[in-house]
Amino acid sequence: MTLAAGHVDEIRELVRSSTGLLPRGGGSKPALSAPPHDGVVTVDVSGLRGIVAYDPAELTLTARAGTPVAELDAALAEHGQHLPFDPPLARAGATLGGVVAAATSGPGALRSGGVRDFVIGVRIVDGTGRLVSGGGRVVKNAAGFDLPKLMVGSRGRLGVIVEVSLKVFPRPRAAATLEIAAGGLDAAVAAATELSAGPWELDALELHPDGRLLARLAGDPEPMEARLARLVPALPAGATARRLAAGEADARWREAADLAWRPGGTRLVRAACTPAAIAPLWAAVAAAGGDARFGRGGAVAWIAWPDDAPLDPLDAALREHGLAACALTGAPAPDLLGAVRGGAFAQRVRAALDPDRRFLD
Amino acid sequence: MEEERVGAPEGRDRVLADLRALGLGERLLTAPAELAVFSSDALTAFRQRPLAVVLADTAEEVVATVRACHRHGVPFVARGSGTSLSGGSLPLEGGVLIALNRLNRILRIDPRARLAVVQPGVVNLEVSRAAARYGLQYAPDPSSESVCTIGGNVAFNSGGAHCLRHGMTANHVLGMRVVLPDGEVVDLGGESLEPVGPDWTGLFCGSEGLFGIALEVTVRLVPVPEAVHTALAVYDSLEAAGDAVSRIVASGLLPVALEIMDALAIEAAEASVKPGYPPGAAALLIVELEGGRETVAADAARLAALLRDSGAAHVRTTEDPGERALIWKGRKAAFSAVGWLAPDYLVQDGVVPRTRLGEALAEIERLAGAAGLRVANVFHAGDGNLHPLILFDGREPGALERAEALAGDILRLCIRLGGSITGEHGVGVEKRAHLPEMFGPDDMELMGRLRDAVDPARLANRGKMLPVGDGWS
Repeated sequence: MTLAAGHVDEIRELVRSSTGLLPRGGGSKPALSAPPHDGVVTVDVSGLRGIVAYDPAELTLTARAGTPVAELDAALAEHGQHLPFDPPLARAGATLGGVVAAATSGPGALRSGGVRDFVIGVRIVDGTGRLVSGGGRVVKNAAGFDLPKLMVGSRGRLGVIVEVSLKVFPRPRAAATLEIAAGGLDAAVAAATELSAGPWELDALELHPDGRLLARLAGDPEPMEARLARLVPALPAGATARRLAAGEADARWREAADLAWRPGGTRLVRAACTPAAIAPLWAAVAAAGGDARFGRGGAVAWIAWPDDAPLDPLDAALREHGLAACALTGAPAPDLLGAVRGGAFAQRVRAALDPDRRFLD
Repeated sequence: MEEERVGAPEGRDRVLADLRALGLGERLLTAPAELAVFSSDALTAFRQRPLAVVLADTAEEVVATVRACHRHGVPFVARGSGTSLSGGSLPLEGGVLIALNRLNRILRIDPRARLAVVQPGVVNLEVSRAAARYGLQYAPDPSSESVCTIGGNVAFNSGGAHCLRHGMTANHVLGMRVVLPDGEVVDLGGESLEPVGPDWTGLFCGSEGLFGIALEVTVRLVPVPEAVHTALAVYDSLEAAGDAVSRIVASGLLPVALEIMDALAIEAAEASVKPGYPPGAAALLIVELEGGRETVAADAARLAALLRDSGAAHVRTTEDPGERALIWKGRKAAFSAVGWLAPDYLVQDGVVPRTRLGEALAEIERLAGAAGLRVANVFHAGDGNLHPLILFDGREPGALERAEALAGDILRLCIRLGGSITGEHGVGVEKRAHLPEMFGPDDMELMGRLRDAVDPARLANRGKMLPVGDGWS
């Protein structure tokens, strides 16, 4: 059963009267939003749409959860601003609420921080059917429990997100992209570590398992050539760099943010990652016949895992490195993979937000 | 009833017996003279003598102390260096104070993953000092950075002058090991910048000790900037300085810090730490840019033009670390420096939307005039975070009450303008009555439910953040 909510009060009513609830936004991450079994009541929030408040001088924006990210991006672009973390799957219809609930950040998170760093306020319908607010609409705020951060990655299991307030940033006026061939994955990881620790202020850095890196500089046009002129000779020995023309660069970054490289017959899994975990994770993915990209300088692994392969080897590799992952596409996959943290704290917080178990486990 | 539940005399005797059995020796303080030292934090208007102080050496001792308190229904408060300006580490009469300063080891620095794992009693600045050999630093920089501890920073999600660009403590904490109020130990987060599943780490940060005590904290480190450019601009009015901030933000420049001090704050800084600010200024604006040298050079040129057009009477710039330190010394010492102007002061920490700063400052001036009190203003202008310093003489009958009333009026003003009652100091004891003015009854109800789910006996830092009375604390 699906309820298309046009108003918050309808969601409140539904929460008070039903169980097995699962929110759905644009449906771009179906493993999180499609019903995993019978008896699930889908709360479709895609009708809760539109920007509630946007004052460019404040560098903040508040919008309803079902607002497509693409719509936000267009409104921000008119004022020379943007969400610097390049929310993934925007062209597949990702909504603001879905980006928060799935904690998905794209390439630009390297320099500016991810979705958890930009969410400053939320309104949710909790498991008691109350409409509650946390955080606020100002960029700095330490009052009360940080409900906005809790909602990041909550996957619709703690409440229905109905409104989100965000920080936004000025959009850089220029960008330049280098494709760097490091000569193998280990060399690429070493290069990424070196580049991230240096004075280069890369805006984005993505690793391909074949040892190529895609690096973006962003900022004002005036110093751009000088920045590049210093960066290229400083690349690790043995690495070669090619500067991409604007059109090709745009296409490559779009492919990264859309996760469009993902082969057919695979499901997309987002995994927490660290530089040290890249090689072993890739070994597990390659052995299963999958593919992967390592984003945000190696802080996140985007894994295309074959549909017909069991997830156990991936789960084991993640556990070994203390990392967790979450499937985004393919068959409904309500459970997290790998080393899931939170223990008793998680159980108690969940019991407070959803005392009558209205939402899916 | 409350007294019976958590502070009954036999509970106190039993908890003391259990604590003695831990073999803490001289690290268990129970003598009145020893306890007096710990009876307040930086919000000195509040004092309460605890039942006992545990100077913990190990995480195991912290856990054992929490378990003993839980077993006997005795409330406890964790304390680092006691720099809280909101009374966040104020002890409880009849409760146990757990001092964490001796848990001051940096357990690990991983330069490759750019993170550090530290104990809660590590002093903020020590993390950056230890990371410096790898060209890295810990970004959050509260003004008390040379004494305040990471555990306190986590509990109150501390900010600092540079959070305009870098964010607050919660943006730099990747994971932690915590002891919950019943003594259960739980791991939150991990080593990755990308959380998977609900952000339990983010929720624990800023929970003001109500969810328990952090035993180990994993923080991210960032490269020390290659170039730093600091500009000090002098204005003949506070409004002109405020307008300059609006111009800078509108230009698309993203400085790491944008700070304003008014005439009274400048006077106080000059009277104490003598930073050598230009004389006769009605307002000072400090702007800091950092990054790669090419970017900073280009941004500095844009900034110079913006400041020139903003009507600054005088602009001084520097790239020299010594000169920069002097500029910041005056700013970071401003709170204690107002002690030169009046016997007592209250610091406020309200936030307003940055476009309404001018309106807020004019209204604060009017309210102060009506109350017959002087207010010095020091603030993080870039993010709308005000720090009005209300000067008074506590020996004068009724002066403290008038100062507190003015502080309350200022907080209500911040709420009315769409802001917050605290940007970085936390609610603590000081502002707990104002939290329900900012949040609605349902929001407050959820906060109460969260606390009761995590700590049904309400032992951890009770009396902080949530209002007292009506069954709250």
